[in-house]
Amino acid sequence: MTGTTLYDKIWDAHLVAADADGNSLLYIDRHLVHEVTSPQAFEGLRMAGRSPRAPHKTLAVADHNIPTTNRAGGLAAIDDPESKLQIETLENNCAEFGIDYLPMDDIRQGIVHVAGPEQGFTLPGLTIVCGDSHTSTHGAFGALAHGIGTSEVEHVLATQTLIQGKAKNFRINVVGDAPAHVTAKDIALAIIGEIGTAGGTGYVLEYAGEAIEALSMEGRMTLCNMSIEAGARAGLVAPDAKTFEFLKDRPRAPKGADWEAAVAYWQTLKSDEGAVFDKEITINAADLPPLVTWGTSPQDVIAVDGHVPDPSAIADEGRRKATERALDYMGLSAGTPMQEVAIDRVFIGSCTNSRIEDLRAAAAIAKTGKVAASVNAMVVPGSGLVKQQAEEEGLDKIFIAAGFDWREPGCSMCLAMNADKLAPGERCASTSNRNFEGRQGRGGRTHLVSPEMAAAAALAGHFVDIRDLKAEG
Amino acid sequence: MEKFDKLTGIAAPLDIINVDTDMIIPKQFLKTIQRSGLGKNLFDEMRYTPEGDEIADFVLNQPAYRAAQILVAGDNFGCGSSREHAPWALLDFGISCVIAPSFADIFYNNCFKNGILPIVLPQEDVDKLMDDSKRGANATVSIDLESQTIKGPDGGEISFEVDAFRKQCLLEGLDDIGLTLQKAAAIDDYEARLDAQAWR
Ligand code: SF4
Repeated sequence: MTGTTLYDKIWDAHLVAADADGNSLLYIDRHLVHEVTSPQAFEGLRMAGRSPRAPHKTLAVADHNIPTTNRAGGLAAIDDPESKLQIETLENNCAEFGIDYLPMDDIRQGIVHVAGPEQGFTLPGLTIVCGDSHTSTHGAFGALAHGIGTSEVEHVLATQTLIQGKAKNFRINVVGDAPAHVTAKDIALAIIGEIGTAGGTGYVLEYAGEAIEALSMEGRMTLCNMSIEAGARAGLVAPDAKTFEFLKDRPRAPKGADWEAAVAYWQTLKSDEGAVFDKEITINAADLPPLVTWGTSPQDVIAVDGHVPDPSAIADEGRRKATERALDYMGLSAGTPMQEVAIDRVFIGSCTNSRIEDLRAAAAIAKTGKVAASVNAMVVPGSGLVKQQAEEEGLDKIFIAAGFDWREPGCSMCLAMNADKLAPGERCASTSNRNFEGRQGRGGRTHLVSPEMAAAAALAGHFVDIRDLKAEG
Repeated sequence: MEKFDKLTGIAAPLDIINVDTDMIIPKQFLKTIQRSGLGKNLFDEMRYTPEGDEIADFVLNQPAYRAAQILVAGDNFGCGSSREHAPWALLDFGISCVIAPSFADIFYNNCFKNGILPIVLPQEDVDKLMDDSKRGANATVSIDLESQTIKGPDGGEISFEVDAFRKQCLLEGLDDIGLTLQKAAAIDDYEARLDAQAWR
C-alpha cells in the first residue's frame, strides 16, 4: 500500500462533501481578515442578509495600510482619508458581526501573518485562509494555509467552508547544512530561482530535509511565506518538537488535557514513508550562497558575488524580452557585479522577515557601523509584540544609533499602500517578498534579500557579500 | 453575478509574461470599499504617466482597443497578490474574457466568481490569437462557452477546456454561497464531529 502525504491527510480530515467533478467542500478552521480585502465581503453578507457561521473562528487585524508613524493619535490621526475609512470600516464590521479584532493600539496588533501564529491562532493540522496570498506563511506549522479572494472571504464567513479542487503534491527536499549567513530567505529564493514563479502552480509544496528541520519556526515561516512566489498556493513543513514548543502557552493554543490530545494528534501529521509525490526535487543547502534578486520577478535571483545577467545570452524569446524589460526597469546593465550596485533605501520588515529572529540578525550587522550617508533605512517590526521584545533586548537602540528609522508595526513599504514608499528610480534592498514593477512605489526598484544582507547593504551603500563581514553576536 | 455564455468582441494583445496583479491594479486603488469604479485604473501605471496623461502606445489607449472585451496575454497571467480588485477592474473596464497559456491559481479562481471566463490554451493557439488580435479593430473574436469554442477573425475554430462545475456556474450566473448553503446539513454533520477535537 502506498502512504499518504501530509497534504492528503489534512485534506481528508477537512472534507465536508466531495462532488463527482473534483470540486470539494472543505471545512475551514481559522479565518484571518484584514482591512483591504474584506469590506466588499462584509457588504455582500449584509446585502444577502447573511451572518457569519462561526464568528469566533475568525480573527481580524488592520495591517496593510496602517501608518507606521504617529500611532498615538489613533484612528483619528490617520492622515489619508481612504486608509482611515478602510480601517474604520473593518472595526465597524467586526463589531457588527461579532468578530474578534486586534485594535490598532493593541500590543498584539501586527501583520496578520505575524500576529496569527503569535496568538496561537495558527495550529498544526488546521485549514487556515485569509484574503491575502501570503497566508502560505502558516504552513510552517503544518497547517494547510492559503490565500483567497474577497468572494471567498464572504463564502468562508457565511459557510465556514471553501469550494476547492485538490492540488497535487510536490516535495522539495533541502538536504545538507546551510553555510553561515545562508538564511531561510536565501533557501526560499534559491527554490524559486530553481523552479520558477509558475513552478509550483497547481501544487502544494512540502518542504523536507535536514536543512528545513534545522530552521527555527521563524525561518520556516519565511520559507513557507514565499511558496506563493513559486506559484504554489500553500507550503507545508511537518510539525515537530520546535513547532509544539513555539505554540505552548500561546493565548489561543489549547491548554491542559486539550493540549496533550492535540500534540498526540499533531505527531501523526507527516507524510508516510513511501508516500507518492507528483513532483519532487532536491536542493543541497551546503551549496547555496546568499542571494539577491536583480529583476522584477522573485525568480530573478543571483548570488551576491555574481553579475547582472546578459539577456542576449538567453535563447527563449519570451524570457529574453522579459529580461530586457526587467533590466530596463531596474536601470541595470548586463555584466555589472551585484556588489557594485548602489542602493538608496533599505526596508527591513514584512510578513517574510519582520520577526524577532530577523531583527536580531539585522541588528548584529547594524551594530558594526553606521548607515551610509546616501541611504535611508527603516526597520518595521511585524507586530507590537515583536517590537516590545526587540526593545527589551535593546535592538531598537542599536538600530537607531546606527541611523535606521524604528517604526510601528504594519505592512509598510512591503506594498507601499501607506506613506512608506519608494520615489521613482529609487533602489531598495528589501527583506519583503515581491520585487514586481511598482510594488514599493511607482518606478521604485526592489532587490529582495535576507535581513542581514539588507543591513549590510545599508551600512555599505551597496550590496556586499555578508560572508566577508564579521558580525558581532 | 452576471452570466457568461457568448461573447463577440475586440481582443487586445498584451504580449507580456507574468502579468501580475500589481500591474493589473496598483495598490493605491485598493483603498476602496466598493467593487465598482476600478476600470479607469486598470493597468494604471502602464496606461498613464505619473501626471495622469495617457501613454499613447499602451494597447488599451490605442483607438482600436479602447472598447476591448477580451485580453490575450502571456504565461502566468494574474500572478502575485490575491486581490480580487484585479478581476473587478477588468470587468469594470469591460473585459470579461482573458486568454493565456497559463494563469496563477488564485486569480484564475477569482475570475469565475466574478463572471469572467479565463481560457487556458496551448502556446501555439495563444500565439495565433495574439497575431490575430494585433490586427486591431478588425480582430473580433467570438467565444461560445456552451460549446467551448473560440472563433478567430478568419473563421478558424479553437476549442478549450473548462471545469464542468465552473462552466455551469458561469452559464447560469450562480452564486457559490447559495450553492454551498444547500449543503448546510453536511456542514452541520461535520461540525458535530469536531467536538471530539476540542482544540479545533
Ligand atoms: S507584509 Fe507585505 S506581503 Fe505580507 S501581508 Fe503585508 S503586504 Fe502582504
